[in-house]
Amino acid sequence: MPLLEVKNLHARVTGADKDILRGVHLTVNAGEVHAIMGPNGSGKSTFANVLAGRPDYAVTDGNIVFDGKELVGTPPEDRALSGMFLAFQYPAEIPGVRPWQFLKAALDARAQFEGRPKLSVREFSKLYEETVKDIGINPDLMQRSLNEGFSGGEKKRNEVLQLKVLKPKLAVMDETDSGLDVDALKAVSAGINSMRSTDRSFIIVTHYQRILEYVTPDRVHILVAGRIVQSGGADLAHQVERTGYEKFIKTEATV
Amino acid sequence: MTLANPKGTLPGLGYAADFKDLQSLSNGADASWIAQIRERAWTKFAELGFPTARRGNERWKYTNLAPLAKVDFRLARPDVSHAPDLLKIKALAPWDDAWTTLVFLDGRFVKRLSRPSGADCVALDLAAGLRARRDIAEQHLTRVQAVDEDHFTLLNTAFAEDGALIHIPDGASPAPIHLLFLSSDSETPQTCHPRALVVAGKNSHSNIIESFVSLSDQSQNFTNIVSEYYLDEGAKVSHHRVLMENERSFHIGNTRVYQLRDSTFDSVAFATGQAIGRNDVHVKLDAEGAECNLAGLYMTNNKQHADNNISVTHEKPRGTSHQYFKGILAGQSHAVFSGIVVVKPGAAKTYADQKDLNLLLSRGAEIDTKPSLEILADDVKCFHGATAGHVDQDTIYYMRSRGLDLETAKSMLIRGFASEVAAKVKLPALSRYIEGVIDQLLPEFALEGKK
Ligand SMILES: Nc1ncnc2c1ncn2[C@@H]1O[C@H](COP(=O)(O)OP(=O)(O)O)[C@@H](O)[C@H]1O
Ligand SMILES: [Mg+2]
Repeated sequence: MPLLEVKNLHARVTGADKDILRGVHLTVNAGEVHAIMGPNGSGKSTFANVLAGRPDYAVTDGNIVFDGKELVGTPPEDRALSGMFLAFQYPAEIPGVRPWQFLKAALDARAQFEGRPKLSVREFSKLYEETVKDIGINPDLMQRSLNEGFSGGEKKRNEVLQLKVLKPKLAVMDETDSGLDVDALKAVSAGINSMRSTDRSFIIVTHYQRILEYVTPDRVHILVAGRIVQSGGADLAHQVERTGYEKFIKTEATV
Repeated sequence: MTLANPKGTLPGLGYAADFKDLQSLSNGADASWIAQIRERAWTKFAELGFPTARRGNERWKYTNLAPLAKVDFRLARPDVSHAPDLLKIKALAPWDDAWTTLVFLDGRFVKRLSRPSGADCVALDLAAGLRARRDIAEQHLTRVQAVDEDHFTLLNTAFAEDGALIHIPDGASPAPIHLLFLSSDSETPQTCHPRALVVAGKNSHSNIIESFVSLSDQSQNFTNIVSEYYLDEGAKVSHHRVLMENERSFHIGNTRVYQLRDSTFDSVAFATGQAIGRNDVHVKLDAEGAECNLAGLYMTNNKQHADNNISVTHEKPRGTSHQYFKGILAGQSHAVFSGIVVVKPGAAKTYADQKDLNLLLSRGAEIDTKPSLEILADDVKCFHGATAGHVDQDTIYYMRSRGLDLETAKSMLIRGFASEVAAKVKLPALSRYIEGVIDQLLPEFALEGKK
């Protein structure tokens, strides 16, 4: 059974009169890494957020079956609790909330949902500090408010920190590579690779194939104007790198 | 400042009767200088009335005092033998056995519940203070205030009978001193006019807490306090104000601060609850290198009204001042921030900033925020800013996408917003108390916006 099965997904901004996603089909099996590539404005972030259940998007047709359950119509927290994770393209800043407080609350919610005991503060600190070190986040940063005054790269590393601690079944990474220098890109990629396993899947959403040099995908899909116009192996990413999206946009126009 | 304001609302007959009684009671020879001060203040207040005019009344532009003026509050005559026991007080108010605490019931000192200070400072009720340190009282009692009097200070001066006199000797750093003002559960509307005088000697370090707590949800009280702080050279005062009177009550708090060279006045004010709660803070930095840091957090719900009226006047060079206020507004509540920094000619190298940030949780909540600068000197750095916004939906979504339900997310967001001020409280017992109050308020606040 696939971990994620998206069928004929249509979605729009609530209240808008036009769909942004116009019939997306995607099957992701446990343990696979899929890349979704596409030009700016093609609907990549929309797709990522519709998977995560962002409230101001409306699904107008199709299904999202995750781990055997239909997600359409369920709130974002339920999806998170059942193992979905979205690393945001633009993570929110939360004044007065420390990164660890936020993460501990998220982990506690998960434990409660699964009927497991919560980690003690001591257990959590240990896990947290080790992971912070692993990813190479400046520990001073963690004394600040969540994402406040973080650079773009620091925000992305912090998303990967959450990924590593929350250990979801499916991680959707929305432009986690954008705006990163090479060191940060390597650190973030290493973080993702360290989490690859036979029972965890990834959807890497990206404009450039840069990150795919470090995180090798099993499948690559090209999203243009709200539809997947071509799918292939890791090579497809290289092809995009050489030819750009022009060719795929033309393909779409003839559909 | 001129008090020749547009017509206000004259005080009710109860006020006049109570004033007459008060004067006839305090005819001792020793009290005559106070009686004179009182008489002058009353005459002036009786002429002016409450500043209720809705036009040309800059200081009360966003706060309509009519609901306060129309109640004929009677001067509280508390029977202190009926003061609650310590257990009840500890459940309602901040408390630490290590603090020096002066407890007041409707403005009247309750010795039985108080904890005296050590020998390293003077912390007495006003009557005892006047006997023990008449010199300090006479030197300071009207001095700070005289600079900038107002209606409620006049009213306070007319009726002030009790309060506190605190003297921190040069170089001393005594245990924190807590002035706890309890409003009784009287069935009729009652008022009291406590007066506090704090004199901090050269290079002394002190913590002062003023807190205001109602013993019942039902009583209607009007507390009109004037607190004066005098900071000598190098003195450091950490001031805390906790305003927790009930939703039927009115509170006018006037805090006047006068600072000398290199002194520091840090203040954190927390307020929630009143029908009208006014926090007037006026600071004068009257010598070089003085610094004041004023922070405040107001959380209003239902029909509550919180008003912060802040001014900092830089008289001399190299002064620093910060104002950092935050509001969290729910229900149909209304809050006001009007803050001004005045930099007088010659106050070069002044640094001043002013910030008022508000989180509006409901459509019905309303904030009037007006930070302002009046700069009459060159070579200064001054900044100000204010914001008012609703809960950010993208932030809430981000939090939910990590598995937090809507209410938990909202609570955490509000908590975080509040904690940026609350974290400035460094006294552990007080910090726990304020955190506890915020936690209690959170569920109601977090529910807002779901409707
Ligand atoms: N909240 C929104 N409101 C209005 N238009 C939106 C919103 N989100 C996305 N869109 C539009 O949908 C299209 C796809 O956007 P997006 O999913 O962000 O693309 P990508 O991530 O591929 O760059 C764009 O044309 C964008 O303007
Ligand atoms: Mg995008």
